[in-house]
Amino acid sequence: MLTYIIRRLLYSAVVLVLASFLVFTFVTVSGDPLAGLRIAPNVSEQTVQNVIDRKHLDDPVPKRYLYWVQDALTNQFGSTLLDNRPILPDLWRVMKNTMQLVLAAQLLVIILAVLIGVYSAIRQYSPFDYTMTTFSFLGLATPVFWLALMAQVAVVQIYERTGHRLFPIANLSGVDAGGGLHFWIDRAHHLVLPVLVLMVAGIAGYSRYMRAAMLEVINSDYVRTARAKGLPERRVTMKHALRNALIPLVTLVALDFGTILGGAVVTETVFSLDGMGLYFVNALFTNDPYPVMAWLMITAVMIIIFNLIADIVYGLLDPRVRYD
Amino acid sequence: MTERVPDDDMRPQDREEVAIASESVGRPASAHGYAGSMALPEESPGPEGSPEVAMTSPEDLSLAYESGVEPKARSQWAYARIRFFRHKMAVLSLLVLIAVGFVAIFAKRIAPYGFDELDLFNITSGPTLKDKHLFGTDLLGRDYLSRVIYGLRTSLWVALFVAFLSTTIGTTVGSLAGYYGGVIDNLLMRFTDLILTLPGLAVLLTAAAFFGAGDPLKVGVILAFLFWTGIARIVRGVFLSLREKEYVEAAKASGAGDGRIILRHMLPNALGPIIVNTTLVIAAAILVEAALSFLGFGIQPPNPALGSLIAAGQGEGFQLWWLVTFPGLAIVVIALAINFVGDGLRDALDPTQRRIRA
Repeated sequence: MLTYIIRRLLYSAVVLVLASFLVFTFVTVSGDPLAGLRIAPNVSEQTVQNVIDRKHLDDPVPKRYLYWVQDALTNQFGSTLLDNRPILPDLWRVMKNTMQLVLAAQLLVIILAVLIGVYSAIRQYSPFDYTMTTFSFLGLATPVFWLALMAQVAVVQIYERTGHRLFPIANLSGVDAGGGLHFWIDRAHHLVLPVLVLMVAGIAGYSRYMRAAMLEVINSDYVRTARAKGLPERRVTMKHALRNALIPLVTLVALDFGTILGGAVVTETVFSLDGMGLYFVNALFTNDPYPVMAWLMITAVMIIIFNLIADIVYGLLDPRVRYD
Repeated sequence: MTERVPDDDMRPQDREEVAIASESVGRPASAHGYAGSMALPEESPGPEGSPEVAMTSPEDLSLAYESGVEPKARSQWAYARIRFFRHKMAVLSLLVLIAVGFVAIFAKRIAPYGFDELDLFNITSGPTLKDKHLFGTDLLGRDYLSRVIYGLRTSLWVALFVAFLSTTIGTTVGSLAGYYGGVIDNLLMRFTDLILTLPGLAVLLTAAAFFGAGDPLKVGVILAFLFWTGIARIVRGVFLSLREKEYVEAAKASGAGDGRIILRHMLPNALGPIIVNTTLVIAAAILVEAALSFLGFGIQPPNPALGSLIAAGQGEGFQLWWLVTFPGLAIVVIALAINFVGDGLRDALDPTQRRIRA
């Protein structure tokens, strides 16, 4: 097991270096981040030259990559290209915001998806099952950004027709959010729509998965044995079936978790939430490789860690799985 | 035991029909010296068919044809077709897709207005029958029904292109990796790992920024670059199991080259999963392309696409709700229909789900 983990981590490190170089090259070559600065009327040649010198923009890409590696290791990912702003404090801020959004959404998704999946499986082909299947198909076919927009449209239309402001449709906090408890109530109010939007796609996917896992377990021999020896149905489903059906879901959740921490790019963009996803998109738009790289490293490391956790947890929960 | 082979290729229902057929030709067949097999059916005509009945030789079958009692032997594709048409939603969705495809192909004739045609007498009109503005118009008086139809055309084209490209690459790499193993296999798996380690949407966005998307063809290539690995892994898996099959061994023994074995013997047996996954790739490509275009990294104006139409609609404010609603609804309908067709195809073709011989 230990050798397995070490080998995985070593391999991941290689992947990380490779990926970081590729992405660095991509972002660097894809456009001139100084284009805006060059044509700005009140910026002197000297200012532009200062930026070029500071970030070694005249050097070839591999050399610039090495400068970046040095910056990342010794200087907390360094600073942004144009305004020389330290990157890490910004990243921590957006990560905290993203955590609030995705943790709330993910928690609700898992609870509801397990309930729906299990009930659909034990009442297979019931009206409930059919309704949820239809809902899942719809949820999986609906683009998240469009759903987010439709939520905003609905709130705006309700306001225009009845004068009720149901929920805020943008930002994480109001202008005068206040402090303490008031701040958190305001925050929760702002997160309602984004969380609901994230939940639709999440539940659609996870509940199908849970249903399939549960169906497989219900039809297995040991469940039949449990029934045959006269256990009450409730105990059979809750103890024998559900516990085993949860194993694949646990790994799936762990696998998804790393990706999720990278931010809900689309949802954050539509609701202009100051999270990881929006941070990444904005950095990409300005052609600034440094924040893009910092974001990518943190997200990739998260994914690697959670992939590893998923594997380990799977091995712990299911003794049939062996790693060597 | 070689006599078992023809029977092995049939499903239980065929076996019964053959058993009845061979029974009805009873006596003449004994001339061939299969008396034993003729005597038994009368004693135990169980639904499973006793081993002796199962040993119906090809000669018996041909006799059955000659005597006019035809065993209903259908090809696997015929059975797949029957199973597909049993899936009501899949059939309905197929009809919807045919209609959508028709509209997309004949967009120029069907759309009431041009993509960029201005109707300045009807700006910001809600959905109305007047002047055929069924989906309303925007601030410039452009008809959104027409814009959706043209957008549909681009989005569908890109999705089909992505599916074609990623299936071609994925099938080629996957079959080589599954058949030969070794270096190709290792490279494929490592590359897939690389893609799995990175956040998918971020990779797409970075690639789009790098290659300067905006044009449908480029967006298609970028998407295919991400999607092919999924199909490659699936094909690899199927090939790994097919490699051990007796008929592949037999083909090798009779001197068939690798190319012939892969193309003629193995690939046809991997077609089911490939077709199902291609369908799912089309649906995924439509959704991802829409998200990319919406974020401003995909297809950009003046090229019409559903995602950028929604972004444009968002820019004009939520009072004009129809600008956001209808392009999105078009995406949902198409993606939903493709997913249902994929579901039906899985029921019909995927050997792991139903009992079809691979």
